[in-house]
Amino acid sequence: MYDLIIIRYGEIALKGDNIDEFISQLVSNIERAAADLGEFEITTIYGRIFLYAESNKIEAIVQRLINVPGIISLSPAQRVRIGKKIANFNEQDFKKLKSRAVKLFKSEVQSYPTTFKVETTRADKSFPIESPELNRELGAEILREIESEAVPLSVDVHQPEHLFEVEIRRGKIYLFLRREAGPGGLPVKSSGKALLLLSGGIDSPAAGWLGLKRGLSLNAVYFDSPPYTSERAKEKVIDLAKVLSRYGGEIKLQIPYFTEIQQQILKKCPKRYTVTIMRRMMIRIANRLAEMNEELALVTGESLGQVASQTLEGLRSSDEVADFPVLRPLITMDKNDIIDLAERIGTYEISIRPHEDCCTIFVPDNPVTQPKLDTIHFGEKDLKIEELIERSLEKMEVITINEGAE
Amino acid sequence: MEREIYLDNAATTKALPEVTAAVVDALEKNYANPSSLHRFGLQSEKILNKSRKTAANYLGVQAEEIIFTSGGTESNNLAIRGITKSYKNRGRHLITSPIEHSSVAELFEALKKEGWQVDMVDVDQRGYVDLEHLRSLITEETILVSIMQVNNELGTIQPIKKIAEIIKEENPLSFFHVDGVQAFGKIYTNLSQWPIELYSISAHKIHGPKGIGALYLKKGTNLEALIYGGGQEKGLRSGTENVPAIAGLAEAVKKLPQLSAAENEDSHLAQKREYLLKSLKKIDAAVINSPAAGAPHIINFSLPGIKGETMLHALENCGIYAATGSACSSKKKGSRIIKACGLSQARSESALRISLDRTITNDDLDYFIKTLKEQIDFLKLF
Repeated sequence: MYDLIIIRYGEIALKGDNIDEFISQLVSNIERAAADLGEFEITTIYGRIFLYAESNKIEAIVQRLINVPGIISLSPAQRVRIGKKIANFNEQDFKKLKSRAVKLFKSEVQSYPTTFKVETTRADKSFPIESPELNRELGAEILREIESEAVPLSVDVHQPEHLFEVEIRRGKIYLFLRREAGPGGLPVKSSGKALLLLSGGIDSPAAGWLGLKRGLSLNAVYFDSPPYTSERAKEKVIDLAKVLSRYGGEIKLQIPYFTEIQQQILKKCPKRYTVTIMRRMMIRIANRLAEMNEELALVTGESLGQVASQTLEGLRSSDEVADFPVLRPLITMDKNDIIDLAERIGTYEISIRPHEDCCTIFVPDNPVTQPKLDTIHFGEKDLKIEELIERSLEKMEVITINEGAE
Repeated sequence: MEREIYLDNAATTKALPEVTAAVVDALEKNYANPSSLHRFGLQSEKILNKSRKTAANYLGVQAEEIIFTSGGTESNNLAIRGITKSYKNRGRHLITSPIEHSSVAELFEALKKEGWQVDMVDVDQRGYVDLEHLRSLITEETILVSIMQVNNELGTIQPIKKIAEIIKEENPLSFFHVDGVQAFGKIYTNLSQWPIELYSISAHKIHGPKGIGALYLKKGTNLEALIYGGGQEKGLRSGTENVPAIAGLAEAVKKLPQLSAAENEDSHLAQKREYLLKSLKKIDAAVINSPAAGAPHIINFSLPGIKGETMLHALENCGIYAATGSACSSKKKGSRIIKACGLSQARSESALRISLDRTITNDDLDYFIKTLKEQIDFLKLF
């Protein structure tokens, strides 16, 4: 039934001079996000993006696009073609419009009794029929053609279950019944570059996606500790990065060798502080990578109080060694909300694969929850920090991930 | 990586070239449905019959007592479920052991939920069934006892003949199912003489194809099917017979060593096992979990303080493929089997299983031991 998707963007429309850049960024993000779902064509006008595709592809593309940052809402829609300027819209065309409206209503509304209302947006004033009249005429036609004793249907202008919308814009007529909410935010790459600390867990990919939602472009770092962590744990992270890449474009996944650092921490540092110090080593390596890649922030999946290291004291101990602002998009989110988000963006199923990452494998029985900075400094004194980082980076593997690229 | 040594033969084995040839042949040439009425179908039926005979002969049973299934898991399910469906009016009591393969253990869990009374026979630290405890559990209500012949993690060999005799002494109407997946071709079994009614085997543990196995079903034992359809395999396993895989199974069976009461295990493998055990005993960090007289292809040991999975990955990076527990339960924390035997959590978490086949040489085992020692030094933190 549908042959296009009407995509609405919000916040970026406010961005003044940069508007064209923002829109072309959003269009290319949409193209990439849906690249694996078949062929489609995109056109834009002010305030709207139109994506035309075969009707059997529309729903899958809608489901993908509802997670593309920068999109406020979208509607699968049908364009009614009359083959002439709409200023010349006549009785004959009106008949056609009515029958198309009835057909669309029939195919999309399946359960009765129900209520509806027709609402017209007549942005193109050259269209000869005014909105209230069009609403009335179409509503009456739908009732006449569909309503019966077996199919109870009525008009409710205040709280209709179905809002049947007609949009007339720049010489074209569109019909639609649904508005799906997008995530809002800004198109990826409109806010600069940051480095995501990506583990195989549920949180860090969700944090990464939220970063993308505010227009960041991301690279990622995963700390690999073979043989304490397995090939499958790494595969899992690669798969997570692929999902993020679908929304965020090319991601350089950097995989430093972390085994020696973990072993040294376990040998030389106080047991209860191993996780705290491990986090600091991760931040230190991230500093180096961010500097190399010219990124201006680090992004982590930390959420306040979720685990022993994610206390204010724990965060302060990480921030102390960070050379860049550490963005923590999940900081006040509850686990359930994070899981919901991860499910929506398609990372949850990957994250729950049962392979351990380096964070879970070395956790002591009772890790410190309120690490003290001077204890940390004392605990780190035997670590040859710079040498360890050098060696870790020497053995670093780099994988470029670009899902949806041509 | 210059060298690769596969030491996970209890999980699965590499197909023999003869097996692959037989499978390809059936796929490409004799692809007709054995149930088809034409001559071409008859050709496939002949392959099926010949293969059934090969398997039956090796087990010393009649061809009509062999039901082909999709493998060990299905054979176990068909045997246990099939008996409980057929004989539910005779009694509601079942007995098994706590160290069975998950295809048996999980099924009994399900049966419990359905209202069956399931008792677990005690096992000792090496996994041996407590025979007197078993005797005390059997009642008039007991319709089935299911105990595996060779444990897949430890290699413990149960005295199956003795167990069968005890069952019949206590309740001659009780059926005895033996999961023989790890024993088949490694340990002598005499199904024609011993009072065992059901015996499961699988092809991919003996260098045959995956997805094919069989259940021995003693004449006179009634089973109800789990899968309904065209009535193949005497109505017990409907579905077009997997002729290529069955031909491959038969080919693998032909290559098995001939075992007897005198030569009651694969002695070639047993020698390798002895060789490996001797070297392992010299490593201070290692504790052997397998019994001294275990199956000839399985050696289980622990390195307390080093997680089994960590060592597994360390070995893998040196081209050596081992296992922690069984491949079917490797996702759970520590080994369920080793815990059931009453060994410590530290030992269960650090358990490694090495399983051999006939191609492993002493030189391979030397390389394994050398690598193991190096990795212990690398991973031992304190």
